[in-house]
Amino acid sequence: MEKDQRIAWEVKCIQEEPPACTATCPLHLDVRQFMREISKGDLEAAYQVMKKHMPFPGILGRICTHPCETKCRRGEVGEALAIGGLERLCVEKHGSPDPVKPLPRKNKQVAVLGGDVAGLVAAHDLRKKGLAVTLFEPGQILGNTFRKFPETMLPPDVIDEEIAVLEGMRVEIRLGDPLDQAVFDRLCHEYDAIFIDRGSFVCSALALEKDDQGEIALEPASGATSVEGVFAGGCDGDAPIMLAAAGRKGALSIERFLQKAHMTIGREYDGPYETRLYTNLEGIEPLDRVSPVRPDFGYTPDHAALEAERCIQCECMECVKVCQYLAHYKKYPRKYIREIFNNEKVLMGAAHTTNQFINSCTDCGLCSHVCPNDLSMGEICRQERHFMLQEKFMPPSAHEFPLQDMAVSTGDDFALCRHQPGKDQSAYLYFPSCMLCATAPGEVLTSYEYLCENLSGGVGVLLGCCGVPAYWSGREELFRETLEGIRKQWQDMGKPQMITACCTCQTLFKEHLPEIPVTPLWQASPIEAIAARRREGAKQPIAVVDPCVSRNDAKIQTEVRAILTGLGYVLEELPLSKDMAECCGYGGLVFNANQQLDDAIVARRAAESERDFLAYCAMCRDKFVAAGKRTAHLIELLFPTTPGNDPWARGWLSWSDRRTNRSRVKQELLTRLGEAEERTMEPYEKIKLYIQPEVLRSIDNRRILENDLRQVIALAEQTGHRLFNKERKCYRANLKLGNTTFWVDYMAEKDGFRVLKAYCHRMIITGVEK
Amino acid sequence: MIQQEEADKWVCDECEKPLVMRKVGFAYMKGTFHVDLPVCTGCGMVLITEELATGKMAEVERILEDK
Repeated sequence: MEKDQRIAWEVKCIQEEPPACTATCPLHLDVRQFMREISKGDLEAAYQVMKKHMPFPGILGRICTHPCETKCRRGEVGEALAIGGLERLCVEKHGSPDPVKPLPRKNKQVAVLGGDVAGLVAAHDLRKKGLAVTLFEPGQILGNTFRKFPETMLPPDVIDEEIAVLEGMRVEIRLGDPLDQAVFDRLCHEYDAIFIDRGSFVCSALALEKDDQGEIALEPASGATSVEGVFAGGCDGDAPIMLAAAGRKGALSIERFLQKAHMTIGREYDGPYETRLYTNLEGIEPLDRVSPVRPDFGYTPDHAALEAERCIQCECMECVKVCQYLAHYKKYPRKYIREIFNNEKVLMGAAHTTNQFINSCTDCGLCSHVCPNDLSMGEICRQERHFMLQEKFMPPSAHEFPLQDMAVSTGDDFALCRHQPGKDQSAYLYFPSCMLCATAPGEVLTSYEYLCENLSGGVGVLLGCCGVPAYWSGREELFRETLEGIRKQWQDMGKPQMITACCTCQTLFKEHLPEIPVTPLWQASPIEAIAARRREGAKQPIAVVDPCVSRNDAKIQTEVRAILTGLGYVLEELPLSKDMAECCGYGGLVFNANQQLDDAIVARRAAESERDFLAYCAMCRDKFVAAGKRTAHLIELLFPTTPGNDPWARGWLSWSDRRTNRSRVKQELLTRLGEAEERTMEPYEKIKLYIQPEVLRSIDNRRILENDLRQVIALAEQTGHRLFNKERKCYRANLKLGNTTFWVDYMAEKDGFRVLKAYCHRMIITGVEK
Repeated sequence: MIQQEEADKWVCDECEKPLVMRKVGFAYMKGTFHVDLPVCTGCGMVLITEELATGKMAEVERILEDK
């Protein structure tokens, strides 16, 4: 991930943008934090939050016109929060100024001309930045604007007490000195920078460029005047909070000027601005304002807490709300992007947990679907997986097993491309997909037969893998090779219309092989007829599981529902379906890279409906069934071959079953073509195994195949290299196959062997001390 | 990791010798380390239990994969 790319992605994630109230506040008060403290009943802490951003909080907290409330999102579901009223309560309870802490002093001198709101705030902020400040006020009174408020609202002693803070901060205050051009010229010479409070005194006499209204002309971003080092701000008649913001801006500009920093970059966030934060208000119950019992006395702490509890605590988190993976790691994309970047560029893959995080995204696209800026974690993780491979810090365990399984689908045991038996051309080419052949071999064969009978022009068949495991795992070269193979076979078959029975293949071909016309099996015209024929008897209500890859294909989702309704089923929708469809965990190969998270996802989803599930993705079917959820695949409804014709009766399949089933489809097709030949078997393949169902499940969960067990046993039987357990009278043998060492406990039984347990590890035994 | 008591239940079928504790070297990704495990004194076959493979070894594999 390059830096530019990182920034481009980070900008899309707006979770860290401030809420509208904070962005609208000229001083950017952290209203969310403020509300959290009040709702906890901690007014002191809430006051500290105010003080962090607000100079003279005792004054501004009483008279602020609270523009924040106009943008409060609570106002769209009920009434806006009483931010102003709550601020007043805090300053009344805790608003006495803190004792001033000693501040460092840099050797730069700044003069502030004019002691109204902007000048006072500028002096305050500049001094806090460590600069020596002299405040010149030609009149005798500081803070004129403040003194125009009714005493009941803003008592004069509060004003004096708050302004006295400046003296404690060692701001030098000079009252009553005339400020004419000669004095101004001298100050320009004596001080490193000057801030002019335009609201405090008549400055038209000064030799500075003026605007149309006769006020000192300002560069909008920084408040710079026509004289270098002289800044100004504030405008007579503005609300005090805006005057305060002008003073703050002047202080910031002077700091930048003295540091010789850029004067205008990033200044759009100085005063009020529009936030990019998105907050979804759907499902938030409307609530009216909690008013003080006696309005003239303001809020009591109890009522204030109730009012503050209404705060929505605006945030985005749209993707995290719908993605168990993003929620599992407890952050949000902006943070994840930074972690991935640091893992790659700073730690070279050594950040604990980041590698597994990158391999745990299903690439289902739901995050970008709900993101206001279409940010896709799938795209980020896929690219990063590719990078990890190149840099050789991709853990081999993450994708090895599914890639080996893909090699089975593209290898001799499964891959096949033929015209329809008895034909020498193909108008159609059936691509049932490797995973559906693995799940429902009988149904695939029956559906092929049905297509051959009902479509004219010849229906060829193409068995193989679309290459999606390579795509998900970041193996770009293998993915391109696989696609190229499919393109070539399609061309050799005379460029027929492709019919797929897998949404993943369908989506992948559309995107990466756009020249191939693809129709889903469910939309092939004869299917409608078969659906009508199978409508019989009363059917139970079922819940439809849309595969994540169907997200952008409303047509197929509608079509599948129409077929199911046609078959007589009453349909129930899951909480997230259609364009919000979730992944079953097969996507992105997460089922292998992060089994724990995968199990949690499937278990949660299986519990979302009491109804039996109906899937139209083979992996969805198999994964839910493995979690104990009754799930059938659409093809099992249309072409049932299971016992008693109950499409839900098939049950769990092991990875070994899946390989056998694929091989069976190929062998049967070859038989129909008259090309059947005895498959040469390795001697170990003929070993008969006896395995208890629960042992088989545990072995399968460890991604151990029955043929792995056979190879271990065959070698142990041949060499005698094994351990013997004197109590249980069984053998324990091991064998390293590829990167994995397999261990099997077994004993002879009848014409074969009983497998008692099997496990594996990837660590290599390098030697034994003599 | 593996107690002698467990090792005593096993005998090497090939060498017919009991298993004794020896230092066994392991490597995975960029990590190498040694662990005391029961080993046949004849052929050097190591005993690894299910508990060890799916517990400590799997845990160390995961840690090394994220390094």
